[in-house]
Amino acid sequence: MPPVFGVLFDGLAYGTLLFLLSVGLSVTLGMMNFVNLAHCSFAMLGGYVTVTLMNRLGWPFFATLPAAFVAAAAASVVLERAFFRRFYNASDLEQCLLTIGIVFVSIAAAAYIYGTDQQPVQLPAFLRGSIAFAGLNFAVYRLFLIGIALIITVVLVATLEMTRFGAQVRAAVNNQRMARGLGIDVDALFAITFALGSGLAGLGGALAIDLVGLDPSFAFTYLIYVLIVVSVGGLGSIGGSLAAAMLLGVSDIAGKYYVPALGSILIYLVMTVLIMLRPAGIFGRR
Amino acid sequence: MQRLLCGFAGSVLTLLLGTAAADAQDTVKIGVIMPYSGQFADTATQMDNGIKLYMKQNGDSAGKVKIELIRKDTGGIAPDVAKRLAQEVIVRDHADLLGGFVLTPNALAAADVSAEAKKFMVVMNAATSIITTKSPYIARTSVTTPQLNHTLGAWAAKNGIKKIYTMVSDYGPGIDAETWFQKGFKDGGGEIVGSVRFPVANPDFSAFVQRAKDSNPDAIYIWVPGGAQPAAIGKALAERGIDTSKTKILGQDALTAETALKSMGDASLGIITVAYYDYNLDTPMNKAFVKAYNDEFHRNPDFFAVGGYDGMHLIYATLQKTGGKTDGDTLIAAAKGMAWDSPRGPMSIDPQTRDVVQTVHIFKVEKVGGELRNVEIDKVPNVKDPGHMTQ
Amino acid sequence: MTSTTIAEPRDYLQAQMRWRLGEIAFWLATLLPFVLAPDYLLLASQVAIAALFVLSLDLILGFAGIVSLGHAAYFGTGAYTAGLISKLGWGEPLTGLVIAALAAGLFGYVTSFIIARFRHLPLIMITLGIGLLLQESANSASWLTGGFDGLQGIHTWPILGRFRFDLYGYTAYGYALAALFVIFLGARRLIHSPFGLALRGIRDNSQRMRAIGATTHSHIRTIYTIAAMIAGAAGAVLAQSTETVSLEVLGFQRSADVLVMLILGGTGRLYGGLLGAVVYMVARDQFSGLNPQYWYFWIGLLLIAVVVVLPNGLLGGLSLLTRRAKAQS
Repeated sequence: MPPVFGVLFDGLAYGTLLFLLSVGLSVTLGMMNFVNLAHCSFAMLGGYVTVTLMNRLGWPFFATLPAAFVAAAAASVVLERAFFRRFYNASDLEQCLLTIGIVFVSIAAAAYIYGTDQQPVQLPAFLRGSIAFAGLNFAVYRLFLIGIALIITVVLVATLEMTRFGAQVRAAVNNQRMARGLGIDVDALFAITFALGSGLAGLGGALAIDLVGLDPSFAFTYLIYVLIVVSVGGLGSIGGSLAAAMLLGVSDIAGKYYVPALGSILIYLVMTVLIMLRPAGIFGRR
Repeated sequence: MQRLLCGFAGSVLTLLLGTAAADAQDTVKIGVIMPYSGQFADTATQMDNGIKLYMKQNGDSAGKVKIELIRKDTGGIAPDVAKRLAQEVIVRDHADLLGGFVLTPNALAAADVSAEAKKFMVVMNAATSIITTKSPYIARTSVTTPQLNHTLGAWAAKNGIKKIYTMVSDYGPGIDAETWFQKGFKDGGGEIVGSVRFPVANPDFSAFVQRAKDSNPDAIYIWVPGGAQPAAIGKALAERGIDTSKTKILGQDALTAETALKSMGDASLGIITVAYYDYNLDTPMNKAFVKAYNDEFHRNPDFFAVGGYDGMHLIYATLQKTGGKTDGDTLIAAAKGMAWDSPRGPMSIDPQTRDVVQTVHIFKVEKVGGELRNVEIDKVPNVKDPGHMTQ
Repeated sequence: MTSTTIAEPRDYLQAQMRWRLGEIAFWLATLLPFVLAPDYLLLASQVAIAALFVLSLDLILGFAGIVSLGHAAYFGTGAYTAGLISKLGWGEPLTGLVIAALAAGLFGYVTSFIIARFRHLPLIMITLGIGLLLQESANSASWLTGGFDGLQGIHTWPILGRFRFDLYGYTAYGYALAALFVIFLGARRLIHSPFGLALRGIRDNSQRMRAIGATTHSHIRTIYTIAAMIAGAAGAVLAQSTETVSLEVLGFQRSADVLVMLILGGTGRLYGGLLGAVVYMVARDQFSGLNPQYWYFWIGLLLIAVVVVLPNGLLGGLSLLTRRAKAQS
């Protein structure tokens, strides 16, 4: 198999990571138009929960993943109740400022509690190494990531399409006022969706450690990538986030491999051109 | 409204009234400028720990004078901020010396201030050769990139490696490392069979490693900055099935830093690195240093820590030699030629270039008592910076 | 406003243009650091540069509604242009400043054709993309920009042949403050003009503006170019007064910082941006002096507190308070 397939595979795996980190923000931004720049702080929280449970309490890796999800979801519920609620009707810029403030606080807190160095994570033995197939090596952990992303996508799409809750979410994203008019409790819906989205980000943060590392500046560094995925994919669209994340993951890795001198230029160029051509995103509505 | 605004602005500006501290005649103030926050914060933490440990072990007096540190944060790569902080610490806080400097752009900017204000400046990490040429009052206690990589290249050629594929990060320090490694290797008779430069923020190394493997070299030379990348590339090497006993992996210190080893696991066995310090160095002085460091900070020291530790030593030693005189000319004259034993081994300050002369160690990752460690396999004493010799 | 005479809008604008006591007091206060806090002149010069940069963002964000996450692209273009001119041998600051501003303005003009066609989130992401692309390109073109190590060899000649850039920052602050004041005067004049009113109309309801016959696209392009020039001027002052330029002048961090400063102070009021710059830069300096490792925490709390307590930024909150005080009296 020519090396391009190896590059594609790695790009897809990286893309699934971006997907997990971004899907929550896409849905909540699409539903409530609440600009939550602190989204990656929840991802970072999930990562640190995994590190703490594994390195200090000796939990096995798999057990820490649901814990990361729950911790991030719980933290988001607390923040939402205490804070964000009051700013749903505030201007975009105020929401920006508020959530940037939270990002700063979270970075400093992470540095204070965990220190500033990289947090190592020891994967279980069966997740390490690679599988040789048709002349190429496929890393086991990346296969695992792609698998998880597929499962989550299926679960999310099934929830959206086949449950009452999902129908309400779709209605609220489509036309919030109408949904309220029909008696749907959009605020409660949003609280649940927000928690789920943040939980997924936390899970993404935990899974990211082995691939891209974890340190206190994670919350800021990955914010840019998440914003790119969300805007290219289209607000409120799971399929859009998936497609955008894959596209960006592949073009980032393929670009850096085939034309390393261009560096990150390719991914930013792709993003800018895509948004110019389809301002509402690949699957966006407005 | 505007009246309140005027009052507000006025009171804000009034709050800026600095209080000129009345400094005692026998207190020497050192402006320590490092990236305490931001993505390089950990390097500053370790360097600061090294400084604190030295002061704890030797007291806060150097001979007749008392030492006072004024810490300033640059927040990362910010030469304009570094320059301003250097100026402020001299003008406002009446600092007599400058120290710290993890990042090259910041060190270069502060060098201008050192030259203009004629203040002794000790660079404790930044590794680009030209830094010491920017001010006649700079001495360096860390290392230069050519010092390490040229030595590694020469060592590789001497130790049976004939063909090498080089992979470095595409920015200043990486290109510097590549240039000097290739020079040392080619001068020793080796052949570079291929090279690649990857973008600085590169998330994925697998495809690059594949390219390296395909050109069938005896060894692969890697240079990436510290942080998350060493572990990532180590894992990519393992995933692509590189057998370190057949294809040697060569790199610089950050590649096998402690957290990188923990992340890579057994995939790191056999990696050869060049460094001026690793906490595993087997000398009585280093063992005592590592123990003291662990007792105080509950982690192992690294080369950032030892750069800070030796930087303070240089400051203390020069102040003792000058009897407390703090003007730049006297201090730099005292620093030239100064030699001492450090946890890293013997080191000295070259009188011509004011740069560090030290032993360069070659390490290999082995399993010692069930843990992965850098074990010294060779060393080259008294290495001067080759980068200066071509200027 | 249902006026039937042409004179009323003109009178309105004339009234807005009159200098208020508070404004005069503010500008006099900016001279205080020379006398009261000479140790802080370097910080003051950085604040003035930041204020100039924030002013340029206010013109497009506060008055025309263009949210930009990549405004540092123009700041950086100005900085590198000024630095390169100096490196090539022409270190005269005033002409260097003008050339750098024009270069940034040219880049702004070219990009404004793209900018004018988009709104809301797509616009934000496009500005972000342009900024990131420029930074990456500057990193790749290290033969021109010096790459990671930054531009070396910048030497600024004394201003008007007499005022050298000294260690204490007298010249730096004077230069930055003068640039800020002169450009501010221009911006103020621009805002209180029919063009400025048109911009505010575009910000509030661009469809309606088109309905009444305003050429929204060309207005947006004009203000964007002007803002780019001003940002470039700020970058040039930074490059000339510190004699350093490195890649971070183009970075996302700078774009984010200037946005934070503007929102903090209050958008669309000109003075809001200036106040935001003062408060943010001073707070950051003081916090990082007190606590070099964790000052982010305190800055974060400050930002959260401002949003919670003072909607519409510091100046917005202050004006709300004064209105309440006046209503009560």
